Amino acid sequence: MIEGEAWRRWVYFRIPLALFLIFLLFPFYWMVITTFRPDGELYRPWRAVNYTPFWTWNPTLDHIKYLFTETMFATWMWNTMFIAFASTVISLICGVLAGYALSRLNFAFAGSLGTGIFITYLVPQTLLFIPLSEIIRNYKLGDTPWSLILTYPTFLIPFCTWLMMGYFKAIPKELEECARIDGASRWQAMLYIIIPVAVPGILSAGIFAFTLSWNEFIYALVFLSSPEQKTVPVGVVSELIRGDVFFWGPLMAGALLGSIPVAIAYSFFVEHYVSGLTGSVKG
Amino acid sequence: MAVAASNIGEVTVAKPKWRPLENERNLAWLLLLPTMVLLGLFIAYPFMRGLMLSVTDSRVGVPGEFVGLDNFRRLAVDPIFHAVVWNTCLYTLVTTIFKLALGLWLALLLNRTFKFKAFTRAFILLPFIIPTVLSTFAWKWMFDPTFSVLNWMLYQTGFIRTAINWLGDGDLAMLSIIIVNIWRGVPFFAISLLAGLQTISPDLNEAAAIDGARPWQRFWHITWPLLLPVTMVVVLFSVIQTFADFQIVYVMTGGGPANATHLFATYAYQLGVGTGLLSQGAAVSLAMFPILLLIVIAQLLYIRRVEVR
Repeated sequence: MIEGEAWRRWVYFRIPLALFLIFLLFPFYWMVITTFRPDGELYRPWRAVNYTPFWTWNPTLDHIKYLFTETMFATWMWNTMFIAFASTVISLICGVLAGYALSRLNFAFAGSLGTGIFITYLVPQTLLFIPLSEIIRNYKLGDTPWSLILTYPTFLIPFCTWLMMGYFKAIPKELEECARIDGASRWQAMLYIIIPVAVPGILSAGIFAFTLSWNEFIYALVFLSSPEQKTVPVGVVSELIRGDVFFWGPLMAGALLGSIPVAIAYSFFVEHYVSGLTGSVKG
Repeated sequence: MAVAASNIGEVTVAKPKWRPLENERNLAWLLLLPTMVLLGLFIAYPFMRGLMLSVTDSRVGVPGEFVGLDNFRRLAVDPIFHAVVWNTCLYTLVTTIFKLALGLWLALLLNRTFKFKAFTRAFILLPFIIPTVLSTFAWKWMFDPTFSVLNWMLYQTGFIRTAINWLGDGDLAMLSIIIVNIWRGVPFFAISLLAGLQTISPDLNEAAAIDGARPWQRFWHITWPLLLPVTMVVVLFSVIQTFADFQIVYVMTGGGPANATHLFATYAYQLGVGTGLLSQGAAVSLAMFPILLLIVIAQLLYIRRVEVR
């Protein structure tokens, strides 16, 4: 690369990148600072002389305490974790098997089924939530974690299948043929030879699916009604806003704490996450 | 068949074991079964139910009767629905243009080598990872008219003299949700396009630079055409997600003030869940389908054309 003078690097690279980072990360900083800011400072109009937006001298844990004593935040965290985990496992199993079938086995309709799954990948949740809420009620699943564990795979499976197809296609056919010559059945060759090779792909699909189900909102909002069943996003929306009154301190504390598990999971698997994200786009 | 082949050498031909899974077709269908059951039960069936709902007059707890296309006829003359169509198209178009432009710019910045590159990239994806509802609350708090840090910043830097009531005015509320959507979408564009950029050999750019091509010319004649297939797929995904967006609007404005920021999904939610008019809500959300289908078909055709070229 031909690098110019120092000022060029500042103008064309460092300053724009810094502005991007400020724009993208400022809301999180705001979340953190609000969480630890006492109410007295929180509700000080921006016109006030002593309005100090970017720091606080009197950090407090009151909002976090409120969250754990006055609301069922711990339960919501547990619900979200359980639902995200269970639906991810279901989607991974389905996606790996379906991806294997579609990419490595010859059978009629393989192509059209692949296209069909790609199309369901493009169906947004907001298209189906009203009829689905009726169906959930008819199956007697309403207000249980199963209403989400069984419906989240509808948008996770297509993604997992699509990603796994890409991974399986890259594995040479000879690997399976060797195993079969050595006496393995098709099932064994898949289970013991091919799937272990595809573990990085499974991790990518898994971490991506986990963040997606942690993020999901509209199904959880419509299907769950009692406070002890809610997930973090729904609980925060419905229990920390009473009419027109927003409890901003606990709200931001809830947003912060509700983001931490998914951020930690993400930080462990950044590379897998990125390859999942880009793999989903390349197809 | 493997089983038959292994029996050839034997004198007495043993009856081959019945192993149905050695047949590729049987195995394939077995592997696909769980996926097809789940997708059938919770996508195909609800879709049919939705179509059936939209031609009845059901409410919550009332089965309703067949009314033909009445729900859609009502939508055709509903001024709120007209606003919904306009809002959704505007929202999708404006945010997609900005997300693409900013995302591409950020991807080009990240494509250089610099210290803490992996670290920076990990942080940039945060808006995309963190649950949208939760991060949108941070924005709502930033846009709060009385306690707004944005107003404070604009006031301190001399851009405004009086408070801006971000979410209280129809146009400003629209602007606010557009900003939040761009904020959330830029990382996805940037990281996906960065992956596309990394597949382009730097030799091409160097060769062009030696031939005297300006940076802008190199971008326009080398990088952009090679990046186009990835760009189209990213845009396709983003357009669909944006068109069907719910979370940001639900948290920021709830469709208000005075229905000024309703999108398809929020209006469907308000009708179907808020007021209990199930069939009208289903009709609104199904009205998205033909438009989404057109977008998908147009984009897929275009992608195919780009790939063939």
